Amino acid sequence: MMYGVVLFHTTAAAMQAEKVLSKAGLKVKLIPTPREFSSDCGIALRFEWEQRAQVESLLACKKVDTASLRQM
Amino acid sequence: MIYLDNAATSWPKPPEVLRGMTDALERSGGNPGRSGHRLSIEAARLIYDTRELLADFFNSGDPLGVIFAGNATHALNLAIYGLLRPGDRVVTTSMEHNSVMRPLRHLERKGVEVCIVPCARDGTVDPAQIAQVVTPGTRLVVSVYASNVVGTIMPVKEIAAIAHGAGALLLVDAAQAAGALPIDMQDAGIDLLAFTGHKALLGSPGIGGLVIRAGVDASQIEPLMRGGTGSQSEIEEHPDFLPDRFESGTPNLVGIASLKAGIEWLKEKGLDAVREHEKDLTRRLIEGLSDIPGLHVYGTLDAEKCVAIVSFTAEKKTVSEIGMRLDEEYGVLVRVGLHCAPAAHKTIGSFPEGTVRLAPGIFTTHTEVDIAVKAVAEVVKT
Repeated sequence: MMYGVVLFHTTAAAMQAEKVLSKAGLKVKLIPTPREFSSDCGIALRFEWEQRAQVESLLACKKVDTASLRQM
Repeated sequence: MIYLDNAATSWPKPPEVLRGMTDALERSGGNPGRSGHRLSIEAARLIYDTRELLADFFNSGDPLGVIFAGNATHALNLAIYGLLRPGDRVVTTSMEHNSVMRPLRHLERKGVEVCIVPCARDGTVDPAQIAQVVTPGTRLVVSVYASNVVGTIMPVKEIAAIAHGAGALLLVDAAQAAGALPIDMQDAGIDLLAFTGHKALLGSPGIGGLVIRAGVDASQIEPLMRGGTGSQSEIEEHPDFLPDRFESGTPNLVGIASLKAGIEWLKEKGLDAVREHEKDLTRRLIEGLSDIPGLHVYGTLDAEKCVAIVSFTAEKKTVSEIGMRLDEEYGVLVRVGLHCAPAAHKTIGSFPEGTVRLAPGIFTTHTEVDIAVKAVAEVVKT
């Protein structure tokens, strides 16, 4: 399974994203931000890479503020 | 014991609030937003859920605009010092608590122009009088939502329209109103709302906050403090996004849990039902006290126009003697004096002695109000 992570500026946005995506039935998990990406915010959201488009659209539609989206 | 000091802090708290606090320490004991392990994430989730709950409760439109602070005073200082610069003009009312008055008087010495609109003796303000002094170029209007001395509810929606008409922001001190009255920030046009958690919201002391309405440009508010946020740790400059811009250091997780449980309890009960009960108690209190000879009851004397706060003085007894005897001889707990609001007492005509303040709460019963009224009648007679 290939995973991606969403990085955030603030923890509050990570929590917001988790709620939005879980509600939509996506398999996501909050994890400590992998060091190789950024130290922006201590918590990142892991998702299944093949659901990338849906993750992006849902977060955009709910106006969740994200820093970036990376492949793990 | 009859506790009628809910305007100072509510007591007792619902059992759910106490449970929420111990649960937070037992089950969500990590440091939110710092470590990323399950306990840290659990704590972050609890805090975020509370932001959502508050944004919905006050209809502010943006959970990230919910800024946690130590109390209403902290939140008011954050907004006032964050917005006002020397040369700015601020308008407020003569019913304000010292949590607004003292920061403003301090800033006045630093070159901020402070204009205080006089209120009537019953604590009401005439919006037309506010309109006269909120001139273009006014930066901020500050108003209490409900007076902590006489409970009088201010016409915040009208004040918001006046403030916005002049290009000013409206900051509302909801220390007494939050949890006692339904508050709709978007409908009323309240830009910034300062609240405390330990009064009508039924939480613990040490938690409060500033709610920033969606659409208000938070970048014009300078943070009061800067420090660790768990975000942008590689940078030595403080982040500018919400809520981190205004929150640094480890937050009061237990206090936030108490606030969450308190609001959930209020929602379960129904805020309208809470308000009806407190109106009933207030009406009973006003009627009972007004019948006692030699007593002067302050405020609008209309339960529709105030929160559950009733103030009085007696012709022949000092307020301190009344307070002490109510406690010692009758077990009735009230607050006497100036209630940290000298301007309000000057307005209603009870300065410098102050008043005896009776503030029933959601757990107060009709019988308790009746016993308290009888106790007051006996104390002022003998």
